[in-house]
Amino acid sequence: MFDIQAAPIRLESVYSFLASPRAGAVLVFTGTARDHNDGRSVHHLEYESYAEMALKSFALIAAEMRERWRLEKIAMIHRVGKIEIAEIAVVVGVSAAHRQEAFDACRYGIDALKADAPIWKKELFDGGGEWLANPEGLFKE
Amino acid sequence: MKVKIRFFASLKEQLQLSEAELELSGTPCVSDVRAALAEAYPAIAPQLPSTRIAVDHVFVSSEHVVGPGAEVALIPPVSGG
Repeated sequence: MFDIQAAPIRLESVYSFLASPRAGAVLVFTGTARDHNDGRSVHHLEYESYAEMALKSFALIAAEMRERWRLEKIAMIHRVGKIEIAEIAVVVGVSAAHRQEAFDACRYGIDALKADAPIWKKELFDGGGEWLANPEGLFKE
Repeated sequence: MKVKIRFFASLKEQLQLSEAELELSGTPCVSDVRAALAEAYPAIAPQLPSTRIAVDHVFVSSEHVVGPGAEVALIPPVSGG
């Protein structure tokens, strides 16, 4: 399940997708909008995405996860547009026979998304806004 | 030959432009495209070294040859998640 969407993410749908008779572990990571960053108060977030490429990026990351771990299902969903504080911006979910694989693969999934997916976060605070850069995604030509 | 350029996030905001056409000569590689972009859009030239380039939805190296009609996306430092 790979999605880029403006609508709020429905966790029950994600969970239903991931759950499987073959899975002993279902792990759902949710990334939520935090009210502080870099010593300042955050009002809300805005995300933008190059959707066509982001979906391909999710598929690529999922393939890498399957190369490394035995998994049942994988879900990667990211919202775009305005995200209020404490709302879910991103979901990375996996199901697997065993929890070790589920934990490792899920972590890998969100880390890889943060490094490579063409998605951008703008932080809106008192007095302005700023496009952020994930340290893991920095590039020098 | 013409290629389609896509701008996002900080670059899109800076230029007030989400896409454009770029005219290139010969068989340009990505380095040539970077040089052409710096010339066509000097306002974003300082950001280009830290901007990744994707051609038709795939990250490519500087040596990658760009064909006519390709979609060249400028990917500023990402911040998903």
